[in-house]
Amino acid sequence: MDNVIQFSFVLSAGLFIYGLKMLGSPATARRGNTISSLGMLLAVVAALLDQGIVDYQWIAIGFIVGGAIGAAAARLVQMTSMPEMVALFNGFGGMASLLVGWAALSPQAETFTLVTIALSILIGGVTFTGSLVAYGKLSETIGSGAVLFAGQQVVNSLLVLGIVGGAVMFCIDPAQMQWLYMVICLSLVFGVMAVIPIGGADMPVVISLLNSYSGLAACAAGFAIDNNILIVAGSLVGASGIILTQIMCKAMNRSLSNVLFSGFGSGKTETTEVEGEIKPINVEDAYYVLEAASSVAIIPGYGMAVAQAQHVVKELGELLESNGAEVSFGIHPVAGRMPGHMNVLLAEADVPYDQLLEMDEINPRMETVDVAIVIGANDVVNPAARDIESSPIYGMPVINVDQARTVFVLKRSMASGFAGIENPLFYKDNTRMLFGDAKESIGGLVREFS
Amino acid sequence: MVASEVFLTFILMLSIFLGFELITKVPATLHTPLMSGANAISGITVVGAISLAGTGQQDLANWLGAGAVALASINVVGGYLVTDRMLAMFKKKGS
Repeated sequence: MDNVIQFSFVLSAGLFIYGLKMLGSPATARRGNTISSLGMLLAVVAALLDQGIVDYQWIAIGFIVGGAIGAAAARLVQMTSMPEMVALFNGFGGMASLLVGWAALSPQAETFTLVTIALSILIGGVTFTGSLVAYGKLSETIGSGAVLFAGQQVVNSLLVLGIVGGAVMFCIDPAQMQWLYMVICLSLVFGVMAVIPIGGADMPVVISLLNSYSGLAACAAGFAIDNNILIVAGSLVGASGIILTQIMCKAMNRSLSNVLFSGFGSGKTETTEVEGEIKPINVEDAYYVLEAASSVAIIPGYGMAVAQAQHVVKELGELLESNGAEVSFGIHPVAGRMPGHMNVLLAEADVPYDQLLEMDEINPRMETVDVAIVIGANDVVNPAARDIESSPIYGMPVINVDQARTVFVLKRSMASGFAGIENPLFYKDNTRMLFGDAKESIGGLVREFS
Repeated sequence: MVASEVFLTFILMLSIFLGFELITKVPATLHTPLMSGANAISGITVVGAISLAGTGQQDLANWLGAGAVALASINVVGGYLVTDRMLAMFKKKGS
């Protein structure tokens, strides 16, 4: 029987891998997800065959409660709230691994097992509370700004020392429960401390990283209970999170340690003077420009999600197309609050995915674009990142909307974006500011067209 | 006889490399579904939690296991369903 279980795990690992492979293209991705879920089903059924199980009552209760919560959340969540949901799920994964690591503790455990138990508790605990803080910041239940205080580094260093010390003592003398409790508590505290200094706009990095941790925690738990499938699946998730983290950091031209420790955007302001003047435009004039355009690029940012403007944006895109214009969307990797956030919102609004271009695809053709419409994006289209060496975001790759013939920037007001960085784009000769709520402005354009 | 720790570490190394190869091929447009799908896969902890929650003993490990089953099930069920919901929305032009 044990062999049957183990071979089922091998098969289910194969299904996970094949499912992830099919995620390589939007055309096959949905089937890939189904295959991956079959792998999970197989692993769960195999685990239930374990002869050590004598009582199914608590397993069933756990399944029913967790499954119901998960199903309800998956059905009800709004696409704009996906970052919060992923953050929360990262946390649950971390907590589950912490509990499994803890439960795996037995008096006859060897040192290697004890080390892996300590690791699954540490990573799981940090993931859990870190994700809860990330959830709070993303859903704005707590302030999304960076929280910094004097001596923060010292406090964090002491925490790390405490965790390491506690973990070492636990591995030496596991019978003394206080060391275990110390590691659990300090890990939970450390998760909070690690995420509070990180500002809202850096959240894509944080949730990618926590995603990775939730996989690594499962991995560590797999070592603790000597289970292959946990290690394979956990490391696949771990690798995925790390790659996304790297992509996000690269798209901001910042190192991971800079994102994690610097408290970027915690109120420093830049003094560079920007020359030129702001040229506002109203909906009617904007319509005349768009009506004559034969090529339009739309660059969405987090502001589009906040204004829930994706559906009217899609409508405008269709009207422009039937007016004879070529319409494309330019998506910056860190637009929004998680990797791929904009793509999901536009997919929800029925924009075909082949119309969504990555930054490297849209930049070379920007010079041929008649009108670039920037919706709720700021830093990702800031030419200062290219031109002004003193700018805090200098060197960050941006979408070069200023090279289009005309740029419309949809913005609520002239307040500067995240980190108080001035955006010279707003002052360029070919830029027109369309002030107001993005959804209403675009709705106005749609009405002009129809 | 080689110790089981060695085998486990061996598996770990290979799957990390495999993971890197697989994930770098996922296009940017699918990164959100990738993350929620990864949420679902990280719910694999449920497999470990099942045997801990079914010992029939009313001890701490049993309760911890039951809690882990519940939390990991949220991830598994929620993760796969929401990923499917998202991926169903991705359409090619003209389809």
